[in-house]
Amino acid sequence: MSNWEVVIGLEIHAQLATKSKIFSGSPTAYGAPPNTQADLVDLGFPGVLPVLNQRAVQMAVKFGLAIDASVAPRSVFARKNYFYPDLPKGYQISQYELPIVARGSLKVMLDDGTVKTIGITRAHLEEDAGKSLHEGLANATGIDLNRAGTPLLEIVSEPDMRSAKEAVAYMKKIHTLVRYLEICDGNMQEGSFRCDANVSVRPKGQEKFGTRAEIKNLNSFRFVEKAIQYEVARQVELIEGGGTVVQETRLYDSDKDETRSMRSKEEANDYRYFPDPDLLPVEIDAAFIASVRASLPELPDQKAARFAKDFALSAYDAGVLSASRELGAYFEAVIAGVGAGHAKLAANWVMGELSSALNRDNIDIENAKVDPKQLTGLLLRIVDATISGKIAKEVFEAMWSEGKPADAIIEAKGLRQITDAGAIEGVIDAVMAANPAQLADYRSGKDKLFGFFVGQVMKATGGKANPAQLNELLKSKLGGGNA
Amino acid sequence: MLHNLFIGELAERLTKRQISSVELTRHLLSRIERLNPGLNVFITLTPERALKDAAAADARLAAGETGPLLGIPLIHKDIFCTDGVKTSCGSRMLDNFIAPYDATVVARLKGAGTVMLGKANMDEFAMGSSNETSYYGPVKNPWDTTKVPGGSSGGSAAATAARLAPFATGTDTGGSIRQPAALTGVTGLKPTYGRVSRYGMITFASSLDQAGVFARSASDAAAVLQVMAGFDPRDSTSIDAPVPDYSKALGTPLKGLKIGLLREFFEGLEPRNAALIEDALTVYTGLGAETREVSLPHLPLSVPTYYVVAPAECSSNLSRFDGVRFGHRCKDPKDLMDLYKRSRGEGFGAEVKRRIMTGTYVLSAGYFDAYYLKAQKARRMITDDFRTAFDKVDLVIGPTTPTPAFGLGAKINDPVLMYLNDIYTIGANLAGLPGVSIPCGFVDGLPMGLQLVGPHFAEAKLLNAAHQYQQATDWHRHAPRGYE
Repeated sequence: MSNWEVVIGLEIHAQLATKSKIFSGSPTAYGAPPNTQADLVDLGFPGVLPVLNQRAVQMAVKFGLAIDASVAPRSVFARKNYFYPDLPKGYQISQYELPIVARGSLKVMLDDGTVKTIGITRAHLEEDAGKSLHEGLANATGIDLNRAGTPLLEIVSEPDMRSAKEAVAYMKKIHTLVRYLEICDGNMQEGSFRCDANVSVRPKGQEKFGTRAEIKNLNSFRFVEKAIQYEVARQVELIEGGGTVVQETRLYDSDKDETRSMRSKEEANDYRYFPDPDLLPVEIDAAFIASVRASLPELPDQKAARFAKDFALSAYDAGVLSASRELGAYFEAVIAGVGAGHAKLAANWVMGELSSALNRDNIDIENAKVDPKQLTGLLLRIVDATISGKIAKEVFEAMWSEGKPADAIIEAKGLRQITDAGAIEGVIDAVMAANPAQLADYRSGKDKLFGFFVGQVMKATGGKANPAQLNELLKSKLGGGNA
Repeated sequence: MLHNLFIGELAERLTKRQISSVELTRHLLSRIERLNPGLNVFITLTPERALKDAAAADARLAAGETGPLLGIPLIHKDIFCTDGVKTSCGSRMLDNFIAPYDATVVARLKGAGTVMLGKANMDEFAMGSSNETSYYGPVKNPWDTTKVPGGSSGGSAAATAARLAPFATGTDTGGSIRQPAALTGVTGLKPTYGRVSRYGMITFASSLDQAGVFARSASDAAAVLQVMAGFDPRDSTSIDAPVPDYSKALGTPLKGLKIGLLREFFEGLEPRNAALIEDALTVYTGLGAETREVSLPHLPLSVPTYYVVAPAECSSNLSRFDGVRFGHRCKDPKDLMDLYKRSRGEGFGAEVKRRIMTGTYVLSAGYFDAYYLKAQKARRMITDDFRTAFDKVDLVIGPTTPTPAFGLGAKINDPVLMYLNDIYTIGANLAGLPGVSIPCGFVDGLPMGLQLVGPHFAEAKLLNAAHQYQQATDWHRHAPRGYE
């Protein structure tokens, strides 16, 4: 295994978040009853013609600018010809020789914290096909053309990735980016974001690429990772066993965790691409590009850099907190409440308690049961020493399940820290009186028993004694200062 | 008789309430009933709808509304989708297809108050030059019913010549309006590519298809084009340019008009045909026009170029006819491949299959560069030739076809011989130029056409030149015997 280098390129299909389809006026909403969102254009009726949705063009340009690519002043729609029942016209309108976006790149942070630049060969606009339905139909196949004509941006990477993990990191970064740009909802279960992986292996040090297999239609990060891992192992085993990899299309079966051959290169269609004569070339001028550029939001890398600089966060923390626009916004809302001086505290809480609660309950940050204002309320009580960090975790859990503000829970549960020196002294006195032997030992030089007395006082106060105050008072009392 | 009147004359009588649209429609319907069986012009007749449309037009007229086409009957080539009416495109494939919407051309003409009498026969999917590839049988030429009317808009041409309607719509992908207009002795106009919307016109070759009109005079054609022309947001290839007043331009004197004679058109032209063109030129010089010879050196590449480009596009355009959603579906398909193969095998005729196969071949990996790309280059050279010519002259003139109408069955088994019929007309399609064919005399008792081709959007100039000729001659007034 270690003698082999893995080479991966991804073709990601991002469904563009336009209201209507790429060449017709039908809506793109997901989940409608079959064939209720397909008009005559989507159905490929005789005589109808496609008209390009300008929003889709705008979105593609947005993406191109975000990956520092060149946006083609002139791109051309082509027809990819093949017969299939869910392809109403008998051809898919796509872009072939002249895509709208070419030669971009994306920086991806790997697990070890290093940053790798992945090349993006091109991104082109195309229409999606419909779906074939088999369930509940005896001896028949149903065709649902709701999805036919939905705009897709196909993002093709260079073969720059060297492991399944790198591929996933790249795919996640694209996922983050398209949602930042609000050009794709990123919903992988509904198929809004999916990819094909081109995988090959070659002996380490060899320049020439090995023969690749293309694994089709992977719709989760986990499947991408597992499918690539399986495929790499299969190819290595095949070659080491004296066989050769054939160029083919394979399908990943997630139930069996394996890839299977779908069709070989020899069986592949000749798609007979040619420019679609029903559509004019897409011409994009500098003014249009400038207007799209002006509409670009702060991008993930820009946000991460700003977080690191303004809030003195590590590159890792800044990266995590900017991984989605929503998470970044949540974090910034908390910072606005607690002040930039407590950024590290805010970061720890957002990345720690909040994220684990979200993961545990499997909900999005927009629906978090503790909103930024409530979390701010809690953190302020840590800052002003009303409660300790430890107690705060308990309060957070209660806020999450009861939906009440921090102060209400602190009051109701009596979790307010004891900061009254007299009260703490009283408890210390009682603890000293109850443990004369330990007191004697301490005073004769067993410094380590200090912790014992801290524990006893905390136990007696239900953990509410202000730790700093307790330390100070205890030191003085045990030393016999006031006795 | 009413059927011999031109559109302008009919409109005047309708406006003055001397005749009603219902009366005119009834007259033409009874004429159709009597004469159509000998011609086979119609795929579908819509008499009830026609009378309803006519009554509606009469109501508008009674309310004081006027319009150049209000209450005027017409026939649509069966390539235009007509809401609720069978739209077969001359094919068994669409014999069961009731269009669920109106083509833009149909909607515009409907809005202008025209009355649809029916749908005209045509070569299957507009692929043919004789109307013999129609699933519904050939149309006969009213001048001699043993001859073809030309194609692909043969039904529209024959119906106009036989005075079954004052005008008819057609489409011209590679001469399909001008050639049948010439062979049936009527005026046929193919506008600039993009001038008239293609939406709802069943596609043959997207980059070449253009809707146009058959009428009995250039002046009538101008009135119809006025309604048909204009930008359509549903057709990305339609052009957003102002539509001039075509009828108004008809009075322009031809003094100083520079007419180009295409050397390539006259080489090898049959002497009697050449003589008619010479006569026409004499008329034009008499009207003050100047003639000079121009050359389009790449024009001889037109036919081979066309027979790569058009089949390539059609092979893809006709893929949607797969038996899945509409059109012919074979009985009891045993699997998907069987459904495709038999539905298409049964639904398409021989000429359509020939072109689909040719087109599939020229787009295939390994042949694309040698055929499709090369044809695109040739197309550009032909277009450039025309551009150069139009730097020197206002329009070019020549014969529309090499010969008059040929016998039914004479060329149907020899595709190349058939394709050569369009040798003079195809160049304008490849270059996207407007062209008009007008009657200019007879050879062996059969009409011949004079073709005028102009620069992009020169319809007004072309129609005026045709109109001036028709003012000076009466070839366009001749009616076939039995159809006067």
